[in-house]
Parts: sequence; structure tokens; C-alpha cells
Amino acid sequence: MLLNQFLILSAVLFAIGVYGVLTRRNGVMVLMSIELILNSVNINLVAFAAFREAISGEVFALFVIAVAAAEVGVGLAMVLLLYRNRRNIDLAGIDSMKG
Amino acid sequence: MISLFFAQIQGLDPLEGSEVLVAQNVFFALIALVMVLAALKMVTTENIVHAALYLVIVLAGAAGMFILLGAEFIAVTQILVYIGAIIVLFLFGIMLTKGSFGAEEGEFRERSQMAVLVAVLIVTVTSGAFIDSFRNTELSREMPSTTAEIGDMIFSQFIIPFEAISVLLLAALIGSVVIARRDQ
Repeated sequence: MLLNQFLILSAVLFAIGVYGVLTRRNGVMVLMSIELILNSVNINLVAFAAFREAISGEVFALFVIAVAAAEVGVGLAMVLLLYRNRRNIDLAGIDSMKG
Repeated sequence: MISLFFAQIQGLDPLEGSEVLVAQNVFFALIALVMVLAALKMVTTENIVHAALYLVIVLAGAAGMFILLGAEFIAVTQILVYIGAIIVLFLFGIMLTKGSFGAEEGEFRERSQMAVLVAVLIVTVTSGAFIDSFRNTELSREMPSTTAEIGDMIFSQFIIPFEAISVLLLAALIGSVVIARRDQ
């Protein structure tokens, strides 16, 4: 297996995640796209760990998974708060801090 | 039926080195294709529950990739944490905010062409850099990494990040409870 095939796969998944973050208006969908991005980063880290035969990349992937779990918890709490205050989770409607 | 299947497997010769490589590449191509298609469907589908299920496919595919790369512990953690916990959290989030977004209301922003441009740019620039740097570099791992090695690493070299992560998880736990609770 080439190293590049994993790296390019993770680049493609990363770009799809960025597209999702930029185009979706639903708050939960944006969080799911962020999960996609973090996951592609994990593939990259583990691929480089296999390439260098060093285990620290895998340990770092574990840390990324833990941070992603924390991020989803806080993010979904914020979406719920948004829903309670505005009765929808349309991110295009949140502009009260717009200058 | 099942015993016949096992008899078939036991009758097979173990794979040679080059055959293993071919099998790995075939599985890589299959999983990568499924992952990319599911990710595209995830960011474009109107139905958000379907999007969560497509995300499950992508995450399971990533676990397959980790197994291909010889990182079994990461693959199991991926399935436990992502598919077991985070997807359930997402489904709860979708359930609790349901009805706030009609499908015909138009999920997508007008900036979709700009987003396509950004995504294509990211893919071309990063892939170009990867192809330029690691042209035909082979992955040469002989043995998969063991869980014991990872545990040793976490509790020796990475002990301070590990403690920081545990404090971060505690902070996120308390923070999300404070943000989401009803009364002040």
C-alpha cells in the first residue's frame, strides 16, 4: 500500500467536510460535518504513524477522538439552547452579533 | 451452511506476501469508494436522520482504514466512541430539535458554488503536495501495533496531555450541562 492513497483519501474527506460546514444551515448538520473533518485528520495521523513506524501518531489520534467527543457534547448543548430560545436551529438566522 | 463456509476457509492456503498486498489494495479501494460516496450523500441529503446514518458508514469505513493500517486499538476505539456514543448523541440532538427545519424550506445556502470552489482547492492543493512529497512511498509496517505499546506510550511520554484531556472532558461535561439545563 502506498502512503499517498491514505493521505489523498483523507484530503478528499476533509474537503467534503469543509463543503458541508460551508453550505448547510442546520446546526446539527454543521456539527456532523466537523466530525467528518476530525475523522479525516485521524486517518492522516494513523497513516503517518504506520509510515514512520512510530506509535505516537496513534496516541494522538486517540486524543483527537476524545476532543471530538467533548466538542460534540458542548456543540449539541449549544444547539439545544439555540432551539429553546429561537424555536429553530437555522444558522443563517443567527446574526445578533453582526456589526 | 456455516460449517461449510468454515470448511472452505480452512481449505484455503495462507496468502503469499504479494497476494496480501493485492488484497489490501482491493479492500482499500472498496472501503474508500464507499466512504467518499457516503460522505458526499451526507453533506447533500435533505433528510438529517439519513445524514446521521451516512455518517455511520463513513465512520465505520474509517475504522476499516485503521485496521488496514495496523492500528487495531484505534479502530476499536473509533467504533466504541464514534458509532457507539457520538452518533447516539447526534440522533438525540436531531430528535430534540425536530420540526425546526422543514425539508422544503431549503437547507442550502446560496454560497454553495463558493463552497465547491473551496473544497476543490483544498483537494488539489493538498493532494498535489502529497503526491509531490511522497511519490511512491510504500507503507512498510511489519507488525500491527499492540494495545500494550499504546498504553505504555500514553502513561510515559504522553502523561501530561493525557491528564489535560481528562480535565478537558470534565470541563466539557460540566459546561454542556450548564449550557443545556433549563432553569437558571
